[in-house]
Amino acid sequence: MKKELIKYAVFAICILLAPLAFSGNYLMNVLVFVGIHTLLAVALNLLLGYAGQISLGHAAFFGLGAYGSGILSTTYEWNPWLAMLVVALVVGGLAFAIGFPILKLKGHYLAMATLGMGIIVYIVFNEWVAITGGPSGFSGIPNLELGPVVFDSDLKNYYLVWTFVLGCVLLSVNLANSRIGRAFRAIHDAEVAARVMGVNARLLKVQVFALSAMICAIAGSLYAHVMTFVAPPSFGFNISVELLTMVVIGGLGSIYGSFLGALLLTMLPEFLRFMHDYDIVFYGGLLMVMTIFMPGGLVRGIPDLFRKITGLKNKKGGAHA
Amino acid sequence: MELGNQLLQYMLSGLSTGAIYALIGIGFSIIYNATGIINFAQGEFVMLGGMLTLFLMETLKLPLWAAIPLAVLLATLVGLVFERLAIRPLRKASPISLVIITIGGSILIRGLSMLIWDKDTHALPPFSGDDPIMIAGATVLPQHFWILGITVVLIGLNKWFFSHTISGKAMRACSYNPRAAGLVGIDVRRMVLLSFVISAAMGSLAGIIVAPLTMTSYDVGVMLGLKGFCAAIIGGMSSGIPTVIGGLILGVLESLGAGLISSGYKDAIAFVILLLILFIRPQGLFGKPESERV
Repeated sequence: MKKELIKYAVFAICILLAPLAFSGNYLMNVLVFVGIHTLLAVALNLLLGYAGQISLGHAAFFGLGAYGSGILSTTYEWNPWLAMLVVALVVGGLAFAIGFPILKLKGHYLAMATLGMGIIVYIVFNEWVAITGGPSGFSGIPNLELGPVVFDSDLKNYYLVWTFVLGCVLLSVNLANSRIGRAFRAIHDAEVAARVMGVNARLLKVQVFALSAMICAIAGSLYAHVMTFVAPPSFGFNISVELLTMVVIGGLGSIYGSFLGALLLTMLPEFLRFMHDYDIVFYGGLLMVMTIFMPGGLVRGIPDLFRKITGLKNKKGGAHA
Repeated sequence: MELGNQLLQYMLSGLSTGAIYALIGIGFSIIYNATGIINFAQGEFVMLGGMLTLFLMETLKLPLWAAIPLAVLLATLVGLVFERLAIRPLRKASPISLVIITIGGSILIRGLSMLIWDKDTHALPPFSGDDPIMIAGATVLPQHFWILGITVVLIGLNKWFFSHTISGKAMRACSYNPRAAGLVGIDVRRMVLLSFVISAAMGSLAGIIVAPLTMTSYDVGVMLGLKGFCAAIIGGMSSGIPTVIGGLILGVLESLGAGLISSGYKDAIAFVILLLILFIRPQGLFGKPESERV
C-alpha cells in the first residue's frame, strides 16, 4: 500500500509540474486531451482489466456526458457544475439499469451487445436534430467557472481536467487494492469460483459498469466545456475502439498503464501528422501486434522483455562459469 | 390500394436486403461453430467483395463475369491469410483477446482499403440493366432477383456441403466437439481454416451482389457486418435456415421501418432487435434454451 502511495505521489507531482515544461506550447492543448482520454481509459480499464468485462460502447457514455452537459447548461441554462453532477448520476443510473441484462452476456456476445448499444446512442445523436443539433453538432457551450476563475485557456483547462484525473486515479488505485478490487480480480480469473467464495459477482460487475460509465460521463462533460462544441463523430464506434486500444497498449488492469496508453495514442498523431486520416490503420495494426506479442501491455511487456534480454545474458554468463 | 402497393414494395426490397444479411450471418455462424469466435472482421470481407470487383472492372477493365469470381477469390485469400496470421497464433487465448484481435484485423483491412482505394462511395453496374419490373403494382429492379436467386443457390450449396461432403461433415463434427473430432482423425486446424475460407467467400459474394443496389465504399463492412451478426443471433448462430429466416425478418422490418417510420432511425432497428434478442432469448428465436452460452 505504501508503495502505491509513493507511486501515486510521484505521478501527481509530475502531472502538476508538467506545465512548467510545456506552458505556452501548443502541447498544453494536447495534454488537456491526454487528460480526458486518461479518464476514459481508466474508466474502461476498471471494467475490462479488473472485472474482465469488455465494452465496445464506452464512447456512448462519453457522448451522453458531453451532450447532457452541453444541452443542460446551454439550452436550459443550468449551472454547469450542477449539470455535470446530474448528468453523471443519470448516466450512472442508466448504466446500472442496462448493466443487469447486458452483463449477463459473456465474451463475444457482450462485445456485440455493448457495440449495438453504442451505435444506437450514436444514431440518436445524429437523428434527434431538434435537441442535439444532429450531424452538424451542438455549439455555444459555456466554459466552466469557479468563483472568479473562468476555465478558458489551455493552462487553466489543464489543471481543471487533471484535477479530475488525479481524483479518478486515486479512486481507482484504492479500489483496485481494496476488498472490492480483489473480488473483481477473482471474477476476472474464475467467475464461478468467486461466486462460490461468496462474491456477489453479478452485482459487482453491474456496479463497476455503472462507475465506469459515470467516469466517462464526467470526462464527456469536461470535454464539452473545454471544446464548447460537440458533434457525433467524437462519440462513434471508432472512439470506443481507440479507448480499447489505449487500455490494451497500456496493459489490462494497470491504471498507470491506461495513462501511458492515453498519452501515447493522443500524442502520436501530433507527431505523425502525415498519418492524418490513416491513424485508424495504425490502431488496427497496433491492436493486433500488441495482442499477439505483448498481451500484458507495455507496463508488463517492457519489464518482461528486459528480463528476457538480461536473463539471456545471465544464462550465457552461467554457461561460461 | 396505395398503401398495399407500398407495403408490397417495402416487403420485396426488404427481402433482398434480408437475403444479404442472411448470407453474412451464415458466415458468422460457420466461423462461430467451428471456433467459438465471433469474427468482427466478417463485414470487411463483404466490403472487399464489392470494392475488389469494382477495382478489377475499372482499373483492370475486366468484364463483370470475370471480375466477380476473381474478387471472391482474392477476398477469400485475405480470409485465409487473416486466419493464419491472426487467429491461429492465438487459438488458446481468452475471448477478450480474440475479440480485440478480430477488431484489430477489421480496422486494419478497412484502413488499408481506404489507403489503396479512396473514401468515396462507388456504384457497381447492375448485373442485367436497371429497367424495373412491375409485379402486382410494385416496381422491382432486376438486381433484386439476382440477389434472391444467388442467395437461394448459395444456401442450397451450403446445405449440401454440410450434409453430403466429408469436409462438411468433419466441420460439423468439430463444432459439436473439437477434441473428439481430433481424436477420430479430423484435422481441426484445417477445418478452422476452411471455415474462414467459406465465410470469406460467402461474405464477399454477398458484398458483390448488393453493391449495385446500395453502392460500396471502404466502410460499408461495418454496418453490413453488424446486421449480418444480428441475423445470426436471431437464428441462434445456426449456419442454416434459422439464420436465413433471421436475415429476412430483419431485412423486412428494416425496410418497413424506413418506409413507414423514419429512414434516419432505420439502422437503429437492427440494433434494438439485436439487444432485445440477446437480453430475452440469447439462444435465438427458434433455439431451445441452453444453460450457458459462453
